[in-house]
Amino acid sequence: MSHDTTHDALVPVGDHPVSDPGIEPHVPRYTDADVAAGNNAYRRILGLLALVPVLAIVNAVVYFAVPRTASFNVIGTNFNASVLFLGLTGGLAVLLIGIAMVAWARDIMTDQEIAEERHPAGSSDEVRAAALDKINAGIAESGVGRRKLILAALGGGMGALAIPAVVLLADMGPWPLGDERRRTIEKTIWTEGVRLVNDVNKLPLKASDIELGQLVNGEPATLFDIHDGADFQVQRAKAAIIVVRMDPASIKIPASRQEWQVNGILAYSKICTHVGCPISLWEQQTHHLLCPCHQSTFDLGNSGLVVFGPAARALPQLPITVDAEGYLVARGDFTVPVGPSYFERDSSKDFKEGDQ
Amino acid sequence: MAKPTQITPDAPVLDTRRPPGKEVGVRQFSGIGAWLDDRVGLGKIAKGGLRKVFPDHWSFLLGEIALYSFLVLLITGVFLTIWFKPSMAEIEYSGSYQLMKGLPMSEAFASALALSFDVRGGLLVRQIHHWAAILFIAAMTAHMLRIFFTGAFRKPRELNWLIGVALMSLSLIAGFSGYSLPDDLLSGTGLRFVDGLVRSIPLIGTWAEFFVFQGEFPGSALIARLYMVHILLIPGILLALIGAHMTMVVYHKHTQFPGPGRTEKNVVGYPLFPVYMAKAGGFFFVVFGVLILMGATMQINPVWNFGPYNPSQVTAGSQPDWYMGWVEGAIRIMPNLETHLFGTTWSWNIFLPGVGLMGLLFTALGVYPFVEAWVTGDKTEHHLLDRPRNAPTRTALGVAGMTCYAMFWLAGGNDLLATQFKVSLNAVTYVMRVAVFVAPVLAFIITKRICLSLQRADRERLLHGSESGIIERSAVGGYAEPHAPLSHDEAWTLSQHAQHEPVEASESVDANGIPVPGGVSARRAQWSQRFFRDDIRKPTRAELEAAQEHGDHAASDAADEVKALGH
Repeated sequence: MSHDTTHDALVPVGDHPVSDPGIEPHVPRYTDADVAAGNNAYRRILGLLALVPVLAIVNAVVYFAVPRTASFNVIGTNFNASVLFLGLTGGLAVLLIGIAMVAWARDIMTDQEIAEERHPAGSSDEVRAAALDKINAGIAESGVGRRKLILAALGGGMGALAIPAVVLLADMGPWPLGDERRRTIEKTIWTEGVRLVNDVNKLPLKASDIELGQLVNGEPATLFDIHDGADFQVQRAKAAIIVVRMDPASIKIPASRQEWQVNGILAYSKICTHVGCPISLWEQQTHHLLCPCHQSTFDLGNSGLVVFGPAARALPQLPITVDAEGYLVARGDFTVPVGPSYFERDSSKDFKEGDQ
Repeated sequence: MAKPTQITPDAPVLDTRRPPGKEVGVRQFSGIGAWLDDRVGLGKIAKGGLRKVFPDHWSFLLGEIALYSFLVLLITGVFLTIWFKPSMAEIEYSGSYQLMKGLPMSEAFASALALSFDVRGGLLVRQIHHWAAILFIAAMTAHMLRIFFTGAFRKPRELNWLIGVALMSLSLIAGFSGYSLPDDLLSGTGLRFVDGLVRSIPLIGTWAEFFVFQGEFPGSALIARLYMVHILLIPGILLALIGAHMTMVVYHKHTQFPGPGRTEKNVVGYPLFPVYMAKAGGFFFVVFGVLILMGATMQINPVWNFGPYNPSQVTAGSQPDWYMGWVEGAIRIMPNLETHLFGTTWSWNIFLPGVGLMGLLFTALGVYPFVEAWVTGDKTEHHLLDRPRNAPTRTALGVAGMTCYAMFWLAGGNDLLATQFKVSLNAVTYVMRVAVFVAPVLAFIITKRICLSLQRADRERLLHGSESGIIERSAVGGYAEPHAPLSHDEAWTLSQHAQHEPVEASESVDANGIPVPGGVSARRAQWSQRFFRDDIRKPTRAELEAAQEHGDHAASDAADEVKALGH
């Protein structure tokens, strides 16, 4: 930023009401004045340093002698013996070196303050003039005065190198164009007839086994047929659901979603529409589901609408029914993409307050 | 009294008390010294730098703590890379931790468990590394606040302040990329949040997500990529910037607090060799030693308790490391604004508090020195630090900023506030939404008032001396407390600061609308006026002399009264 120089005068430096007394007189320390005290300080420092080799050897002994799994309990806290004693001996040894060095500086080294002159950070006028001479000589010798295009061409050429540098990164990931999005983030492995299974014991969920007020964490049965670890995680991150049973009389089921539930058993995406945490805190009485990450709260008794928190969209509901054996199965995939928002997401199809 | 301004090696007072001993020293460059001098000019380096003076103050150690924590991070980090495997390939755990035998998990998590249970000292080093990261950012933050409140960012140190801001923002990335590596449930939840944050960027969010994660979340590439960022890219840039930061400290010479003999033209303190080599070198070992003891006795990030990452699970009370808490808080209390337009979604509820707030903080920090210089019109070099009270508006702004940060940070634990204090989570959230705006304003007003009161107290002290604590009863029955005059040193320290004047408006554009160099616009003058108008004037020399005379008069008046009564 450029300023005028007229304001320098407004910030006077020399208007001190009290004159500078100069640096305080040096007062000799006890360790300087008294030979015995000086010798004590010396011995103290030597004592600290003498402990270091001892601790270093104990540390090595601990490494080999203490079993990795040995542990003991001190007032309710469990300590791993190897970690604790390696750390205590090593930490103390390092700390003692530090304390000894600082003590040396404080008690033994001369403690008289000295003053050093400061010089302005900038160059003097003569230096600037000399620098300008050199710069101008260089400019003249480079020939850019008459052949100006060289600089522009060089800059342009270097700038053009940004193109391959950026293009080289184009393969960092697949391009999320329409088809790719529909294949990935806008689709889960839920399809018609896929059974809902408990996500821990992998057993299929039977409608008649789910009690009123119960919440079950579910996954599609087909998830466990995926053996590629990365794909498994990707699919699990999208397909996770929660299955709840509520009293049909105490909840609002819009006309369009009458066929999506089985006697008050509803399935919702478990993935928060805010930033994608799996939601799991179930308030049985209010039918609210709270996300533990950022406290978005969804009303499962009212099509998953947001009742509190930073999430902006209702939780997607999975249409379900029962198969011939009475097990819960999906009627198809979610009707809207699950998880957090992204720019190309068409959010007009999400359930909103007042939809039927 | 004569006061030494130079060290004299033959101080007579010391010579008489010191035990006689042989002087040791190096008489000439020979051997390795001469060899090096012939090749790299060691003599010139030693002559120029060895006795460089650094001032002493506890607050100058804050930056040192940050530097030493960074060194500890490099040392312990190298050890961790020997065993850590940055791979998201799913394997079945077969290590020695019984509770997870046979569980499917990523190689990254399995190697984090191996470091914790199978490598001797591995858990210790992991915990030292994590504590060092936390201390690194904490010390850097405290260091930055010290720089801010003492005005050390002023000319000629603005560039070093900018480097500091860059270091700060990069350290957040370093820390975040670090605790995302073990691929446990907590770190995976953090990455899930990053996925949501990246997606929320308008226009390019989805592309950024697919490029960062190589497709969908969580994918199989992220940990290897974060590993590169964490152990190569960010530390490399940090090292380069720290080098530049330190070089500039040496070039500018360290700032110093005001005191007797301390001026803008000198630096008073102890020489690098031997005092600071021992003190600063020793302090590195102190910081390292304390971090080792912390790693030994204080458990941190017990990944085996969280389990491997499972995108369909999360634990209540999931919290990032402390330095990301303010962003977390902003994300939590942000109202759920989202715009749906022509088949697109604009996630303001994530983008504004996440990307926007971080950008705002670092931009505000970066431009502050230049804004202040513009407002004050101050173009002089500053090497003497401000006492925070003597820059009331700046101090108040700083405290307001800290308060705003603190409110966002507290909001990052709104669930814990609700459960610990047995209050409604919703109420906490609503209160924090208001507090982030109101609390900084209150903090500004209160801080400014405190600064002005302290300035007034300084002025009082200068004019009337210090309270003696003795109540004297005069012969006529009045009670008064005599004041003891200040020492010359203290009077100087309290009065040496410059009395700033706001810039005054002048013609800033000529008749043709062309800016006049050096012109001050009315708006700039107004801001300058606001910045300085409440400052308490320090006493002038005349006022001081008058007050002193008055004090003497008061004393002699009392004596006269006594005499009169005696008659």
